[in-house]
Parts: sequence; structure tokens; C-alpha cells
Amino acid sequence: MRYGIAISTWNSRLILIAAGVVVILLAFAPVIAPRSLIQDLILIFVMCAIAQCWNLLAGYAGLISVGQQAFVGLGGYGLFALIILAGVDPLLAVLLAAIIGTLIAIPVGLLMFRLQGAYFAVGTWVVAEVFRLLLAQWKALGGGTGNSLPRTATTEMFGLSTINALFGVRNAVGREIVIYWAALALAAAVVGASYLLLRSRIGLALSAVRDGETAAESVGVDITRTKFAVYVFAAFGASLAGALYFLDSARISPDSAFTVLDWTAYVIFIVVIGGIGTIEGPILGSIIFVVLQSSLSDYGPWYLILLGVLGIAVMLVAPRGLWGTFSDLTGIHLLPTRRRLVPLGETPPTREA
Amino acid sequence: MSLLNPLIQGVLLGGLYALYAAGLSLIFGVMRLVNLAHGDFIVLAAYLMLACVTALALPAWVALLIAMPFMFALGWALQRLILNRTLKNDLLVPLLVTFGLSIIIQNGLLLAFSADSRRLTVGELEIASWTFGDISIGVVPLITFIVAVLVILGLTFLFYRTRLGRILRATADSTEIVQIMGIDPRHVFAIAMGLSFVVIAVAAFFMGVRANFDPAAGPSRLLYAFEAVVIGGLGSFWGTLIGGTILGVAQTVGAAINPEWQQLAGHVVFLAVILARPRGLLARA
Repeated sequence: MRYGIAISTWNSRLILIAAGVVVILLAFAPVIAPRSLIQDLILIFVMCAIAQCWNLLAGYAGLISVGQQAFVGLGGYGLFALIILAGVDPLLAVLLAAIIGTLIAIPVGLLMFRLQGAYFAVGTWVVAEVFRLLLAQWKALGGGTGNSLPRTATTEMFGLSTINALFGVRNAVGREIVIYWAALALAAAVVGASYLLLRSRIGLALSAVRDGETAAESVGVDITRTKFAVYVFAAFGASLAGALYFLDSARISPDSAFTVLDWTAYVIFIVVIGGIGTIEGPILGSIIFVVLQSSLSDYGPWYLILLGVLGIAVMLVAPRGLWGTFSDLTGIHLLPTRRRLVPLGETPPTREA
Repeated sequence: MSLLNPLIQGVLLGGLYALYAAGLSLIFGVMRLVNLAHGDFIVLAAYLMLACVTALALPAWVALLIAMPFMFALGWALQRLILNRTLKNDLLVPLLVTFGLSIIIQNGLLLAFSADSRRLTVGELEIASWTFGDISIGVVPLITFIVAVLVILGLTFLFYRTRLGRILRATADSTEIVQIMGIDPRHVFAIAMGLSFVVIAVAAFFMGVRANFDPAAGPSRLLYAFEAVVIGGLGSFWGTLIGGTILGVAQTVGAAINPEWQQLAGHVVFLAVILARPRGLLARA
């Protein structure tokens, strides 16, 4: 037999087409779905994007960050600064804010990469605290109490009047639809980019590093550079998601922007429950999380205790999470990123034959 | 404005931070585990003593004596029942499990004691101080610092002069080889966690006497402990005292310049140390 290397499975191309169809169908959701569902979906998309980024860091690059709230918060504050201080169009400001977050991630990453393992984890948390304390000093953006977006930023936005006319809706609803589409595009783009990244040379390098750092280095993988690239990408995704989230909520404060609970604890829960180290896991996890959140969050502390217990139980009993366990049992990979040996056909006849 | 007063207050505050840090450093030294719930266990121990004080009308120091063996048992059980299952080469599981514990403890305390901030009282000693000119030295901060030195002396003695210490250090070096010697590393780890929790109880007592605490106070205690460990250098008990002192001085000097800069100044000094000496000031090569 001769063998070749393949990533795709027979059905993964069909799945990609199906995923495209789902995204298109979701784009039409505002036509029929009630506003509360639209808000839930926006939250799912935002959390899914942040979770996918954290999954890339922890599940593939072996970088455990407890400080991704730094970039979510910087995205949010970047957005508010651009809108309030510079009068930039809100949607353009979302993109620019993400770029600001990414640019800040480079020096921060260079500093954090001096710490290893668990020290990296706590170090990133300190950095997030530093940004929270620094932005609480920025009086033009409301200091410690925070600020709201001006009315003009919620009534004048790129494409808003067209949407209003098209759907025959008021500004508030039209604005929600624009943000909904942006969030859908965000989630699709982050998931798609992660998928492509893991199938690229970087993905191959990452799985080599995961299987054995020394072996990977000996065949020429630049470990630090590869991990750093993932770190910066994850910061970009988190800033983008943060900017969009705070455009939707139209209100920001240092405590809400840099909260470890919302942007790290919830995100870890999503990735762990869904399945760390899989592309599908964070998608599944964020749906489960938002469903739990909307049905149980009235229970306050009990709800959070439940999340903690569930997270620990999954880590101890089924560390590959729901999707990982399902995938191990059935062999189903919807979005495969692993390289497999596949038979290419019969080997040419040997002399004995 | 004189910097001498904030400097002295900072050194004394550093004693408290060294107490936070000593337990964290001990665990990391023995089993390479960073307990992300370390700060929350400090707060939990403080509430435990508060409950003893209010329910049994005991003086706070008696509550500390009760809390110490209780915390040892809690740490021992935590390691035996949960954390020993997480210690397989992988960094992810222990970090995430202790992070989950942190969320559970914070919210459990919130349910049991509400979000109000509380305090342990030790009577008139709390406000007692000696005054020299502009400088006033509180009795409680001074006792805290002295206890921190004693705890570190005790831990150093335990680790380098006793049979248990030899076992702890040998297990830190190689869990396989101590097994050949007939020692169960899971048991050793549980004792190490128990010891860490005794130090946590002591730290909690002085935290509660010196200042208010509430159920959400844990994470910042973890960060101070961690910063003190990293500034001082990994694997050194005396390093935690030096790291704690530097952190304390940074915070009080920062606060003397602008009250809002207290925490920020500490974090900035920590980041500067990572930039200049990522292995800490006292790191062993």
C-alpha cells in the first residue's frame, strides 16, 4: 500500500458547505426572531469568538492565560475612546479598537513570554489588573465609574438608515440588527480563521510542539515565534469581540471591561465544557453557556457555584469535554485539523508476485 | 514630604505579603503547583475565624489556634481528594481546577456571610502604636512582620533540618525515586498542602486584624502573594520576605504620592522585575 497525508475527511467538505448555509440562515434571523433571541445570539457569537481564541492559546499553544479580559477591556475602551474623543463611526471604531488591542498585545506578550507555565497564567492576570487600574485613571472616559456612548453614536452608524428603511424598524432595533450581523461575522471569521490557522504550517508546528517540545524544536519549529503568533491572534480576536460587546451594551466601566469572571472564568467554562483542543468545542460550549445563563443566572451565587463544580467535574472525569468525548467515542470530526495517513491505493507489485 | 514613614509602613505591610506568599511558594516548591484559589483560601480561613469569634464568643487568637489544625486537615483533604488527581505532567488541569475552586469559594462565602466587609477584632491592641516624631509604628503591623519572620524561619528549619523536610525536598526532586524509598508522594503532597494551609490560617488572621475583608478579596491576595514570590525568586522562603517587602514598600510609596496608585505601583514594580530579572532577585541559578 502507498500512503499520503490528508486533513479533510470525506464529509468535512460537506460540513463546510453546511456551515456556510447555517451562517447564511442565521443572517436572516432578525427577520423572524424576537429581540430577546437576537440579544442571546449576539452573546453566543461574542463568547464563541473569545472562547475560540482562548482555546487556541490553551488547547493548542499550551499558553494558559487568566488575563484575556485585558484585551476584551482594551477593545471596549479603544472603541469608547475612538467614538467619544475622535468621533469615529462606530463600526469602523470596532475594527480600529481591535487593531489598538493587538498593537498593545505585542509589547505585553514580549514581557509575559519571560514567564513560563503557571507563572505566565498569573502574570497575564496582573497585566489585566494594571489596565483596569490605568483606565480607571482616564478621566475623559469617566474614570472609575465609566461612561456611556453618546446618543449620536447609537443613532448614526454606517448602514443604519438603510437597515431601518429595509426592515421598517426604529433606530434601536436597526442598530441591534447591524450589531447582530457584525457579531455573526465576528464569530464566523474567528472560527474560520482558527480552522485555517490550525490546518496551516502553524497548526502543524503547534501540534508538533504539543506532542513534544524538544522533538519539535529539533526538526526546526521555532516554538516561541509560533506561540507568540497565536498569542497576538488571540488578543486580536478578544479585542474585536470586546469592542463589539461594548458597542452593543453602550456602557463601559473599568470593572465591567476587565472582569475576570465574565471574560476569563466564563470563557474557560465554555471551552472546558465544550471540549478543549477542538474547534467544535467552544461553539457547543458557548451555546450551552448562554442557555444556562438565561435560565439560571437569577440564582446568583448558586449558579456560579454550579458552573465551578461542573467545570471541575469535567476536568477530572472527562478532560476532553463534551465534544472531545463525543468525538473520541464516535470518531466524528466535523472540522478536522489533524493530519492522518490515508491509503492511496495498492503498492506496485513486488518481485515475489 | 518625608518618604521615611511610607518606607517603614511598607516594610511592615511586606510582612503580611510574605505570609500570603510563603504558603504559595511552599506548594510550588514541592509540587510545581500554582494554587489559583490561594487567596480565596486565605479569605475562607478569615471567615472561619470570624465565625468562631462570633458564634463561640472566643478571642480571635484562640480562633486562630482552632483554625490552624482545621486548615491543615482541609488542605490535606483537598490534596488527597482532588488535587492529587490533577498532577500529571499537564499544567492545564491543576490550574483550571484551582480556578474553579476559587469561584466556588467566593460564591459560597457570599451565600454564607453576605457581601459586607468584615474584620477580626483583637481589642485595644488594634489601635496601639509607638510614635517617634512623625513616624508611628502600629503594634499589629509590627507583630505581623515578626510573625512573618518566625514563620519563614520555621519553614526553613522544617525544610532543611528535619526528616520531614528531607522527604519534602526529595519528593520535589523526583517522585519516582522517593517511591523506591518506600514513600508515597501523594501522602507527601497532602502534608505539604496541609502545611501551606496552616500558613494560610496565620496569614488570614493578620489580614483580618489589619484590614477589612469581603468574599471577593481573594484574587487580589493571590496576586500579591504571587508577585512577592516572583520578585523574591522562586524556591526561596527568604525570597518571599524580600519580595513581600519590596511589594509593600512599592504600594505604600505609590499611595503616598497618589492614593489611587497603591495597587498600580505594586504591579508596576512586579512588571519591572520580570523585565529586568525574570527569575527574581534571589533566584538560585
